[in-house]
Amino acid sequence: MSATLNASTLLAVPLAPLIGCLIAGVLGTQFGGNWIGRRASHFFTILGVLIAFIISAQTSLAVAAGARFNATLYEWMVIGSLKMEIGFLVDGLTAMMMCVVTFVSLMVHIYTIGYMEEDEGYNRFFAYISLFTFAMLMLVMSNNMLQLFFGWEAVGLVSYLLIGFWYNKPTAIFANMKAFLVNRVGDFGFILGIGLIVAFAGTLNYTEAFAKAGDLAKLSFPGTDWMLITVICICLFIGAMGKSAQFPLHVWLPDSMEGPTPISALIHAATMVTAGIFMVARMSPLFELSDTALSFIMVIGGITALFMGFLGIIQNDIKRVVAYSTLSQLGYMTVALGASAYSVAVFHLMTHAFFKALLFLAAGSVIMGMHHVQDIRYMGGLRKYMPITWITSLLGSLALIGTPLFSGFYSKDEVIMAVKASHLTGSGFAYFAVMAGVFVTAFYSFRMYFLVFHGKERYDQNPDAHHAHDSHGHDSHGHDAKPHESPWVVTVPLVLLAIPSVVLGFMAIAPMLFGDFFKDAIFVDGAKHKAMEELTKDFHGAVQLAWHGLITLPFWLAVAGVALAYYMYIIKPALPAAIKARVMPIYTLLENKYYFDWFNENVLARGARMLGMGLWKGGDQTLIDGGLVNGSWKIVNVVSSLVRRAQTGYLYHYALVMILGLFGMMTYFVWFNK
Amino acid sequence: MTLTLGHFLSLGAMLFALSVIGIFLNRKNIIILLMAIELMLLAVNTNFVAFSYYLGDLHGQVFVFFILTVAAAESAIGLAILVLLFRNNATIAADELNTLKG
Repeated sequence: MSATLNASTLLAVPLAPLIGCLIAGVLGTQFGGNWIGRRASHFFTILGVLIAFIISAQTSLAVAAGARFNATLYEWMVIGSLKMEIGFLVDGLTAMMMCVVTFVSLMVHIYTIGYMEEDEGYNRFFAYISLFTFAMLMLVMSNNMLQLFFGWEAVGLVSYLLIGFWYNKPTAIFANMKAFLVNRVGDFGFILGIGLIVAFAGTLNYTEAFAKAGDLAKLSFPGTDWMLITVICICLFIGAMGKSAQFPLHVWLPDSMEGPTPISALIHAATMVTAGIFMVARMSPLFELSDTALSFIMVIGGITALFMGFLGIIQNDIKRVVAYSTLSQLGYMTVALGASAYSVAVFHLMTHAFFKALLFLAAGSVIMGMHHVQDIRYMGGLRKYMPITWITSLLGSLALIGTPLFSGFYSKDEVIMAVKASHLTGSGFAYFAVMAGVFVTAFYSFRMYFLVFHGKERYDQNPDAHHAHDSHGHDSHGHDAKPHESPWVVTVPLVLLAIPSVVLGFMAIAPMLFGDFFKDAIFVDGAKHKAMEELTKDFHGAVQLAWHGLITLPFWLAVAGVALAYYMYIIKPALPAAIKARVMPIYTLLENKYYFDWFNENVLARGARMLGMGLWKGGDQTLIDGGLVNGSWKIVNVVSSLVRRAQTGYLYHYALVMILGLFGMMTYFVWFNK
Repeated sequence: MTLTLGHFLSLGAMLFALSVIGIFLNRKNIIILLMAIELMLLAVNTNFVAFSYYLGDLHGQVFVFFILTVAAAESAIGLAILVLLFRNNATIAADELNTLKG
């Protein structure tokens, strides 16, 4: 059966959340005079996302059956031969992203009913997350780079709005500004990359641009001997580094945890931060042509995967642990991209979206249960109080560390094997980084898990309990300090996310990596980059892979990480402090996040401020205002004060000048003009 | 002694010089200024007539009539301005009238 896709159905996917957003955002807030209440707001937004999810799921089935869609729906403008259009390209990659985005978004919408229950900005929050869903869908469904860029910026905007959702909190405002500025750096590279493609290929459309990729590869960057395609790819990847928080543009992601937890799950773990990975996979026909760019990607990914994992070890804020874990996992995806295993990266993206959204939402549930305490040192023993959250967290953590048969196992193992098979410069380092990363991941994940759910109950030891970590005024509900399980709107999404976190990898690995689900979407130059070929050779079914996984190094590293965490935080809880005292310099280095924030604030930001001050005082005030603007009137003033003396006002002076002038001219004509 | 062209031209030059001096040196009275201008025109007329006579061409004398007419009209206007000036400023002294400057 060959299913078909039609434009109006596809159009409904992004528009349904947009309409939901407008209803909640305009009618539900002061814009439209608070016409509708909370119930209507969440009803319409959830309905919109639900519609989008159902159509996405159908689309996905149709795509699996072989349907493809690639057409322009609307021509915005034409400049010369350059067309700016809105259109959809639906293939395996798009369909997978659509399902992930709408499903996680749907779960987060439902979850938000419980999480934001006491917040004044309830309707505003729903409007934002629906707007995000719209923007993200526009990004992934696009068939041209302009629309991709539009979606890219729109998700950035919503991310900014949501990180600063509690706009009375100075730290939140600082964090959202930081996220915005760091993303500008990345977007600058991204738009340069798009600009180069437009300049040399003359089109924004993916299909047309990729058709010309071979020609681009023959050119070199004007005025240098660099390969043009390398410059383009690195520029595009800088965009991905900003959005997907790769070293050294990763600094905004941990701070973005200032926002409410549902958006950390939706935007900063499952969907938006993976836009960079998606984009590189989408542009695979270009990236395949540049080994240099792929090496660069692999090294950056390796650094991110390992070093951000280290930071996760020392964090005490439950959300920050998960945030660093996200950074590290994004590094894994990037490494896979660099190894030309785009489908593996996207596969890891998908499994990660589910288990990381699950972990974030579970963390949010814990935060709610703990009355908005986020410090894991003051948790412990929560498994008795929050059984559903406990079980789902455990499943999520097991998926994250790559326990065989769980979804994370398949994707992570494939990433590691892909890097092993790669022969590009830097693959050795990247292989080491992802391998060591497995141990680190297992250690910090289970450190958090043990501290939160096992061990002694420490919820009554918190010195500043009830002093609002999450800013809203929750003192109104007079519970005792005991943790409590969250309501069903919170636990149901956890359970629904836990299911794919466990089984999805097992089910999807064969069609996605070794079948033809991504057939037209991802291009790999098999002759040059053999990673995928070797993976295919080694693959003999999902179950077999899991059994094989038991005897490989990553599994034992993960076990060692868990065991170490168990030993340090359950058997000998005094040990971490002792170790900390021993290796104080390393601890300080990690505590300060390798001094990246310090460097950014004191060197880059201060340098930029000094440059701005210099230009303002020296360039603008002195040179332009003082020299050009005021200087010109001063010169006129001096000259005219001299000339004014000649103008006496007496008639006879004027007459004299006239006659003398006449005399002079006559003299000239008579004697000198012969 | 016969009168030559040179004599007439000398007379014209003298009249012209007198009128120029009259304009420059006069500080008291705008009427004198107007008279000096008339004198200047007469000096020009003298030259015209002299050239006309010596060249045997009557066109020059026709010009004189034109110039006389224009001069009469000009002095009429000049005097009218003078009257208004006196009404406004209560003076016609040339060195008190310096409002032409910026």
